[in-house]
Amino acid sequence: MGRNERAGRTSVAGPLDQFEVRPLVPIQVGGLDLSFTNSALWMLIAATAITLLLTMSMRGRALIPTRLQSVAEILYETVANMLRENVGKAGRPYFPFVFSLFMFILFGNLLGMIPYSFTFTSHIIVTFGLAIVVFLGVTVIGIARHGAKFLSLFVPQGAPGWTLVLIIPIELVSYLSRPVSLSVRLFANMTVGHLMLKVIAGFVVGLGVFGILPLAGLVAITALEFLIAVIQAYVFTILTCIYLHDAIHLH
Amino acid sequence: MGRDGGDQTPSQSDPLKDLERRLEEARGRAGLPPRRGAKASEPDGAPAAGMGAGMRIAVDLVAALAVGVGLGWLLDTWLGTAPWLLLVFFCIGAAAGFLNVYRTYQELEKQARQRRAERRDPDAGDRGPGA
Repeated sequence: MGRNERAGRTSVAGPLDQFEVRPLVPIQVGGLDLSFTNSALWMLIAATAITLLLTMSMRGRALIPTRLQSVAEILYETVANMLRENVGKAGRPYFPFVFSLFMFILFGNLLGMIPYSFTFTSHIIVTFGLAIVVFLGVTVIGIARHGAKFLSLFVPQGAPGWTLVLIIPIELVSYLSRPVSLSVRLFANMTVGHLMLKVIAGFVVGLGVFGILPLAGLVAITALEFLIAVIQAYVFTILTCIYLHDAIHLH
Repeated sequence: MGRDGGDQTPSQSDPLKDLERRLEEARGRAGLPPRRGAKASEPDGAPAAGMGAGMRIAVDLVAALAVGVGLGWLLDTWLGTAPWLLLVFFCIGAAAGFLNVYRTYQELEKQARQRRAERRDPDAGDRGPGA
């Protein structure tokens, strides 16, 4: 906070300014701050963009797809293949959720690359919210499918009895660490990337003529950031598939 | 585990491979250069993918440790056994972190093996660099 205020006084915005959540439409409900923020705005934009892309592009339903339709088809195929390869047939009922998750994160990451936009995936509470939904959902699916047998997920096959005292707590902590690693990975990647871009952009201004050097680096990093935006959406989704596989098939 | 996915992949990919082969033949007849497939785009994605893998392993390790320490601390404040459960769960968290890393490694290795197998596949084989 203090850093933001100090940076606010100078003409160039501080590198952390881009992460600040600002209320656009203040809404107070019973002491709760439910303001419509820039974060919420960009989530809405992401959801709208996804809906528009998928509905508009598929309107033609052409056998030979137009460019936009092939974009939608590639996205669909990617997630469908991911789910089939990692979960198998049993994963099919969960496709709508996994696809929505992938699209939401992908668009959140990519929209964040637009100058002056807001990257909602750079906030740990957003990514943790998504991760905890996945974690609880997968746990509930596992328990609903297997009942008490679900607990055998924490007992590796073929381990001698006395080692279970040690192994079960380790497996349990490993299982509980899933939502943490899932959310921290996405959040850290997005935050670090945007921070790096802003800091190096500051060098461009500060170094005058020699600013051409960091500017060249900036171009390369921007390209890398686009790659990371896609890869992180992919990693989040593929891990969701793997967790789903564990819950459905147990081991 | 691989059963559901296993019996579906060949039937899915065979017509596709056939189509690929026919496409390549048609391109050859028309005098067009061979299509640059997924192989050409791989070198560009490699550093970012490697960074992604490194990041994944680092986060896996730290997350389990953090969860272990957090759990131990919570149990300590709840049961008033400070600092013993924290110490125990610190060790358990560290072990769980290594378990996570090991599993991630296994999975990445599996992916890499698949990719290598695909590369050796004559259908998707090399058609000379930069074509």
